[in-house]
Amino acid sequence: MSGASARDDDGVLAWGRVHRGRHRVAAPVWPGELEEAARASAGEGGATLARGLGRSYGDSGLNLGGGLVDMTGLDRAIAFDRAAGVLRADAGMSLDAVLRLCVPAGWFLPVTPGTKFVTLGGAVANDVHGKNHHVAGSFGRHVRRLGLWRSDRGLVECGPDAEPELFAATVGGLGLTGIVLWVELALLRIGSAAMTVRNDRFEGLEDFFRLSDESADWPYTVAWVDTLATGENLGRGVFSRGRHAGHGPLTPHRAGGPAVPVDAPGFLLNRWTVGAFNRLYYTKPGSAFRGEQPYDPFFYPLDRLRHWNRLYGPRGFYQWQGVVPPATARDAVQVLLDRIARSGEASFLAVLKNFGDAASPGLLSFPMAGTTLALDFPNRGGRTLALLGDLDRVVAEAGGRLYPAKDGRLPAAEFRRGYPAWRDLEDRRDPMLLSSFWRRVSQDR
Amino acid sequence: MADSKRILVLGATSAIAERWARLRAARDDRLLLVGRDPAKLAVVAADLQARGAAEVLTAESDLADTESAAERFAAYVERLGGLDTVLVAYGMLGDQATAQDDVERLEHGLRANFLSAAVWCELAAGRFEEAGAGTLVAISSVAGDRGRRSNYAYGAAKAGLSAYLEGLAHRFAGTPVTVVSVRPGFVDTPMTAHVPKGGPLWATPEQVAEDIERGIAKRRAVVYTPWFWWLIMLIIRNLPRPIFDRMKI
Repeated sequence: MSGASARDDDGVLAWGRVHRGRHRVAAPVWPGELEEAARASAGEGGATLARGLGRSYGDSGLNLGGGLVDMTGLDRAIAFDRAAGVLRADAGMSLDAVLRLCVPAGWFLPVTPGTKFVTLGGAVANDVHGKNHHVAGSFGRHVRRLGLWRSDRGLVECGPDAEPELFAATVGGLGLTGIVLWVELALLRIGSAAMTVRNDRFEGLEDFFRLSDESADWPYTVAWVDTLATGENLGRGVFSRGRHAGHGPLTPHRAGGPAVPVDAPGFLLNRWTVGAFNRLYYTKPGSAFRGEQPYDPFFYPLDRLRHWNRLYGPRGFYQWQGVVPPATARDAVQVLLDRIARSGEASFLAVLKNFGDAASPGLLSFPMAGTTLALDFPNRGGRTLALLGDLDRVVAEAGGRLYPAKDGRLPAAEFRRGYPAWRDLEDRRDPMLLSSFWRRVSQDR
Repeated sequence: MADSKRILVLGATSAIAERWARLRAARDDRLLLVGRDPAKLAVVAADLQARGAAEVLTAESDLADTESAAERFAAYVERLGGLDTVLVAYGMLGDQATAQDDVERLEHGLRANFLSAAVWCELAAGRFEEAGAGTLVAISSVAGDRGRRSNYAYGAAKAGLSAYLEGLAHRFAGTPVTVVSVRPGFVDTPMTAHVPKGGPLWATPEQVAEDIERGIAKRRAVVYTPWFWWLIMLIIRNLPRPIFDRMKI
């Protein structure tokens, strides 16, 4: 029995757990099985989509009723140059595994999102960003080469200097330009596995923008905001800054930690419990922490609770992330926070960050200069969707856009406004690859 | 590195062997990978090299075929420049119905899972006895603990291997030579790709690899992995026949 055959799976879920359904799944474990797996999962005349660790929140990682290629069995390193800090590895290798491999050798991910449980392929397909966007730009800027399989061309290599148009379409291309088979990544030199961290409470948005401006010499910055605070507390939060410590042990993180075993009841996260959490979080001593901490809790606090998405109960949750340009950012973020506070919908995680002006390499990369706000809301049906629609309009008026990796409901017209290059991606799309997200936003109705 | 071990992996493209070899590569060990498919061996070797192995060698060979096994084994040891640890990990699950209908398939399965495995284990044991040290690890199965209608062809071969390893462990008791018989339960690997999965009984090959590593460190003669299979098999072995006969397992 080879890993290239396909079977039906009714239980494929997006991370937000609102979107779910049946797929024909093939799970190759050898690079030579990829093509057969792709064709078997697509079926006759059908389409398929590569899937990594399933951390996309909405429907961009799903292909409901169609095929999926589970890439997590292709998780091997191909070459690691320890002197130059260049890693070439299968697209199914997780950032978790990359860190275990690289940290002991004195290297780190050049850019990392807020979870290490994503694959290299997923990081490319969504051109992910991290707390160092203002100095390092998005993930794709550090990719030197990609191996891609296309149903119409077979194996193709691309990079900033090889088939650059295909490369630009693939970075942030939502997995539609071909199946990423391997990624060659330029790593970041570190002298210690520890981070030097400085956390500060801030009272309001003005302080957030001031702290951001003052933090040019901190490579990592991010802020948490209390979205339930109103009146004079509106926009209060905790501003966190970090840098890799200069010298110290190069010990990688350890596995494990508790898991949420089953769905929590849907009412667990409401405005009162979240409000209480926020007050505690704001006042706890860690919110003014200064000192050293390991990289794992600094970058990946949520990874310590596996299956945390089950906390939102059986109906799941919506994640929302938008970015607004510098000229409109202050006003727009103020309005966004005001709308959220007044809606009474509680966002457990609210993250605010200033992006830098490094150009993103992808045609459809999400990051751009400005301020980004990420939120998630328990799925309470129409009320939640109405609020998200409100937030969309604020972003549209401010000339911003939304992050497809987090989305499962944005109107097609709104997506196209934010990403005018969408048609170029459609032109370069592999005819055998499609996602539920792309079907929704690209097909005229 | 002084602590670097010379490791022979027989069946190096099996999921469990590969995950275990990754643990060893990170410790700067030297590995010789033996398997049938040179393309797969090359993919695994590159990965282990990138993970920090001191050196990774490969040899293409059908291990179920024991012709001139002693010479082949000697050549492996020579290429590694000595031998500290052997993992015998190849095998084929086979299908019980096929084994019943086709005695050639039955015989092939017994040869792959028991006869040849016993030969390689004995060769390793001989080498370790001569050297006065060494670690032999072989992947048997919980299926060998009691013959059951659903897979007794496979189970009988693994029962034979388990008994062989038990005998070797007995022979080397009180010496520096370690013999570890690994008995995995359900493991999510390509070998079981056709079986519906999910539920608490299924383990990943990574978990099994870590259990093997712990078993070696503690010099356990028998390692059930995950550990609860020890309890499950204790019950199954001791089920009274009238109850056992009514079970569709």
